[in-house]
Amino acid sequence: MKILTPTVLTYIKVVLLVALVPAIVGFVIVLMERRFMGFMQVRLGPNRVGPKGTLQGLADLVKLVTKEDVTPARAEGSVHFLAPVLAVIPALTALALIPFGPSVRLSRNVSTPLYVTDINIGLLFLFAITSIGVYGIILGGWASNNKYSLLGGLRSAAQLISYEVPMGLALVSVLLMTRSLSLVEIVQRQERIHLWFVFPGLLAFFLYFVSGVAETNRNPFDLPEAESELVSGFNTEYSGVKFAFFFLGEYTAMIIISCVAVTVFFGGWLSPFPSVKALSFLKLVPPLVWFLIKTGVFLFAYIWFRSTFPRYRFDQLMALGWKWMIPVGLVNIVIVALAILATPGRTNGMVTLAWILGAIFVLLFLLARLRQALTRRDRLAAEPAGARAPR
Amino acid sequence: MTDKDRVVEHPEVPTLFDVQEMELNFGPQHPSTHGVLRLVLKVDGEKILEAKPDVGYLHRGTEKLFETETYPMGIPHTDRMDYVAAATNNHAFCLTIEKLLGVEVPRRAQLIRVILDELQRLSSHLVWLGTSGIDLGAVTPFWYAFREREQILDFFEEYCGARLTLNSMRIGGLPFDLTPGWIERLSDFVDDLPARIDDYEQLLTDNRIWKRRTVGIGVISGEECIERGLTGPLLRASGVEWDLRRAQPYECYEELDFAIPTRVNGDTYDRYIVRVQEMRQSVRILRQSIDRLEPGEIRGKVPRVIKPPAEEVYASIESPKGELGFYCVSNGTNRPYRMHCRPPSFINLQALPRLAKGHLISDLVALIGTVDIVLGEVDR
Repeated sequence: MKILTPTVLTYIKVVLLVALVPAIVGFVIVLMERRFMGFMQVRLGPNRVGPKGTLQGLADLVKLVTKEDVTPARAEGSVHFLAPVLAVIPALTALALIPFGPSVRLSRNVSTPLYVTDINIGLLFLFAITSIGVYGIILGGWASNNKYSLLGGLRSAAQLISYEVPMGLALVSVLLMTRSLSLVEIVQRQERIHLWFVFPGLLAFFLYFVSGVAETNRNPFDLPEAESELVSGFNTEYSGVKFAFFFLGEYTAMIIISCVAVTVFFGGWLSPFPSVKALSFLKLVPPLVWFLIKTGVFLFAYIWFRSTFPRYRFDQLMALGWKWMIPVGLVNIVIVALAILATPGRTNGMVTLAWILGAIFVLLFLLARLRQALTRRDRLAAEPAGARAPR
Repeated sequence: MTDKDRVVEHPEVPTLFDVQEMELNFGPQHPSTHGVLRLVLKVDGEKILEAKPDVGYLHRGTEKLFETETYPMGIPHTDRMDYVAAATNNHAFCLTIEKLLGVEVPRRAQLIRVILDELQRLSSHLVWLGTSGIDLGAVTPFWYAFREREQILDFFEEYCGARLTLNSMRIGGLPFDLTPGWIERLSDFVDDLPARIDDYEQLLTDNRIWKRRTVGIGVISGEECIERGLTGPLLRASGVEWDLRRAQPYECYEELDFAIPTRVNGDTYDRYIVRVQEMRQSVRILRQSIDRLEPGEIRGKVPRVIKPPAEEVYASIESPKGELGFYCVSNGTNRPYRMHCRPPSFINLQALPRLAKGHLISDLVALIGTVDIVLGEVDR
């Protein structure tokens, strides 16, 4: 008798995902974030609960669950309740599409891919479902009967909707290269052409990740919850489990943004340097591990941003999105399309594009450093004498 | 992007919907008001049409308290005014009474007072740097700034036993001499400081987001600063080279070599630069004072019971926040008839409604930070 039918396996995978991801969020990511930030900020971070603070997530969970669940007077009760649910459910749903790895063999004749489902409109569906998460924040801010929350909700409405556009544009340019919306197909194509799409899609990757940070309300784009301005914004009036849901929603969204970045731009579960003989030992690492490592790098970048950058102002954020990222995204689509048209049927166009983009990027980087050095020199020249200690 | 580009004026056109301004209570419980400041805002969306500060939540009647107690007993009350810069408060108070009495402070005491003042200026500026960084979402500089501030507080603790409410000066001199080894440790710390200040600057000064958040925000001209009585870094960032340490030298600032940092634009970024530069100058002053320190008396000739002649005096010093002065009316008894304080925070705060008008709520947070108020001093 066969118990592990594909349907059963799918159920198992769904349950695993929904159970594991919140646990990973609570125990690993939050702890890592706090410890890394502690490290960057010359302090320790949580290290009291459990060995090296590893059980901090459990302590936080117990705290949040046992806390009183307050609904403010004259708040819109049902919407106030619905908002955190709306924030977390779409984020968890989107996880179903993330290809964590290729097929693994469970027993002699049972094997299953490491994703719940692979639908042919995968990326589109992902976009659609994650956009719903925005409603959670908007409605939460609106239903709280608090002016600061309302401002936070309004900010997020404008911000998240604006940044969907450059994010979409960035992915469109990649779709021109993949010719498929299926996330699994995108990874397989990168395997076939021996090229991760980050190289020909360098610009698209930057656009995607910056919009992704903006989409998830993280520094330097954490305006909807701007602690020092709006007193936590949309989640001011949330406590206990509802707050935990918002929290979970935000971190799951971060995971999804990172996973999609890895899948679309960094070859998903593929190991790096497949054609270099000397580095063939990299293939011994299981694909799932590669995927997790790559995702971890992006999550680390999130934390790094958070402890480095000040916060943008609302109008500057909108200006950045509409005046810079959307035009650049459009130009990028044209560039990629032309490169593909110039070399039909082959991948040479993409390789050339990768080299050109890489060169331009290095040039821009050097120019930016030069400019920075020049402004610094001017600034130092304007200082009063004797201000600096001799080196 | 300059300020002019950003502020969009709403033309008076009839709209489809009923539009009304929102009134927003900013504080007294708000993470960015640096205490219990309450601002009543009228906002159109996020644009501030009017900001009205409502002060007095921390009023303790300090000026009245001075009248009820003898002169030396007033010093601890000054600790609690600008509570992040107690030493300069002590100093201004003692200086006023010394002027009233005509007492000469011994040289060693003068130098130690200068050292304490400059340490206090550093620690006050560090608090300002850290908190205004947090206001704009830059969390990390806060921890770096407080790392050094803790060390400064350790020096204070070793000197007088307290970290914040120092009570570190006496009329005519100082309560204690320095503990052994204090000056050597301070000397090492002072040598370290320029590199530490580089750390903060590394994170903020050339950071593009930091610049976009501060350049062109809350511009105020030098003339207007003078009209409104603003002093300290606000005045100097608007191009007026006015520092009481230079303009009306007290203690031994005359013989010390230091520059008065000024900038011309009078915006939040310039005020940031001026304060960071002042920290560097404080390091210079500290170094010189440490080198000049020689053994000697720490207390001038002061009568046991202080009964100054019936006169009125005003004396002021350059506190980290601006001109801090005391006006004392004596009636010949051992208590002041009237004591008035000129608190820089309170007077600088008057500029806030003017600075905030037309900016966004996010800028208001930056502006509260840049004015650098301490509510203990505002409300007294």
